[in-house]
Order: sequence, then structure tokens, then C-alpha cells
Amino acid sequence: MRVHLSVVMAVMLAALGAAGTARAVDPTELPDPALQVRYLALTHELRCMQCQNESLADSPVELAADLRREVREQLLAGKSDEQVRAWMAARYGDFILFRPRYSWRNAWLWGAPAVLLLIGALVSWRIVRERTVLLATDDAPLEEDRQG
Amino acid sequence: MNRFLLPLGAFLLLAVVLAVGIWHSPEKGVIPSPLLGRPAPQFALPELNHPGRQLRSAELKGRWYLFNVWGTWCTECRAEHAVLLKVQQAGVVPLIGLDWKDDDAQARDFLTQLGNPYQAVAVDASGRAAIDWGVYGAPETFLVNPQGIIVYKHVGALTDDTWTREILPRISAAAAGS
Repeated sequence: MRVHLSVVMAVMLAALGAAGTARAVDPTELPDPALQVRYLALTHELRCMQCQNESLADSPVELAADLRREVREQLLAGKSDEQVRAWMAARYGDFILFRPRYSWRNAWLWGAPAVLLLIGALVSWRIVRERTVLLATDDAPLEEDRQG
Repeated sequence: MNRFLLPLGAFLLLAVVLAVGIWHSPEKGVIPSPLLGRPAPQFALPELNHPGRQLRSAELKGRWYLFNVWGTWCTECRAEHAVLLKVQQAGVVPLIGLDWKDDDAQARDFLTQLGNPYQAVAVDASGRAAIDWGVYGAPETFLVNPQGIIVYKHVGALTDDTWTREILPRISAAAAGS
């Protein structure tokens, strides 16, 4: 029990630490709490194009700060989340979105698991059917029966 | 025989898909720009060497130009500068510079010391023009055709090789076609 508690404490401390550094990179406070929530969500799901594995919210580079300024100003101007994402993707491509969009170009990627599952189901259905037919038509006596 | 045909076919199909993926994979670290084949972004920015004047993208229409994003803080830009001077001497296509988030005085010094290959340099103090062009790291160079369409983008220092293999052929092919 003691071990469990220390693990929980460590995780909580780490989370607190991470939250602390995120605030250190981006101290932006929007006047409207609802806008602030959307601002944080958007800056966390847009990629910093320079560091590439960090979000805009986490990155200390200047380009990330410039792009955060764009997010802030567009939200204050009344743009929707989708409009902000589209604006970013028009300049930097879908690569800037950590959550990929559905499009005809990547439809095969989204569809592939379903197609593979269908192929697997078809193959297993055929195997089961063949075995059923085999079982029904195979009336040769078993080795043990002949001996007996 | 027949029972091997299906797995073999599936294997060959997979091999072809993966081979295409490998051959078409972009250069490591270079992100394809959605602006390729699209109109170059509009801008109106102060000119570095004529602070009272504005450089407008509309003035550039009707001819080829190379749009080069740079800054004195960028070491790779220093490395490509000799190539830019060669491009200027070739006289094939004018160079338009975008001085990205830089100190104007330092930028002017830089060009006085190393030579100025640009026909004009626009000053992007806020970084908004660079974002409109989808710039994520200087230097970046865009080739824009007379219709104002971006036909080629190079990320990183411009080299003799990119100039002779990627940029020149595009301009001369268009000239031969018209």
C-alpha cells in the first residue's frame, strides 16, 4: 500500500511539474474563460512546425509564439475552432494538425482496418464452411471402428 | 496451384504499395507545402532599403521571381548567400527577399558587407507574412511564375545544385513552351 501511495504521489507531482512548464512557455490568459479553454485545446492540438514533436503550447520557439498569437487573435475575432484549424492547414498542410482530418486522399487509411477485418471474416467463414461440408460428406469409418 | 495464387497476389500488391511509399517518401525533414501550385500570398510590407516605401506583391506579378526568406540571425542564410549572389549575376530571375523577424540595421549591415543579391527586400517584423507563406525555418526559397503561382519551394540553404537542377529548368521549360 505504501508503494502504491508513493507512485500516485510521483505521478501527481510530475503532472504538476508539466503543468508548470506549460504555463511558463505560454502565459496567455484570454478574458473569456470559455475562449481560454478553446485556446488551450487548440494550441495543444496544433504542431510546432519547427520542433515538430511539440505542440504550439509547449514550444518555446518564436514561430510557435507567432502561431499562438494567430490562434488568440482569431478566437477573439470570433472564428470557430474549425476555421482556425483550416487556416493553419492552408499554410502548413495537414501535418500541423496532431489530429488528422478525414479526406478523400487519406480515406483508404481510415478504411483499411475495416477492409482487413472484412477479408479476415470472409476467409474464416470459408474455412468453417469447408470443414462443415467435409464433416458432413466424410462417411469413411474411423480406424478404431474397423478394428473393433 | 490455385490456393497459392491469392496469398502471392496479396504479397505482390503489398510489395508494390510499400515500394511506392518508399520511393515517394519526401526528403527527410522536408514537409510538402500545400501552397505549391497555388497563388503566392498577398503582402504589402516596408522595403528594407527604402523605409518610406512599401513593397506590394501586386507589383511582382507578370514575371518570374525567386522569393527568399532570410534573417541575419540565421546561419544557413549566411551559407547560401554566395549562391544568391551567383543567381543575381546570372540575371535570369530577380530575387525578392523577405527579412523575417530581424533587426533592420543589422540586416542592412549584412547586405552591405556580404553584397546585396536582392532586387528588393520586404521587412516582415511581425512574422505574419512568413506564416502566410507557410515558412517554418529560414532559409526558404519559392519560385513564383508570371501568373503569380508558386511552382517550386526549397527548404534550407539554396545550393548550386538546386539552382541548376530544380529552378533553372522550370523557368526555361516555361519559356520554351510559350
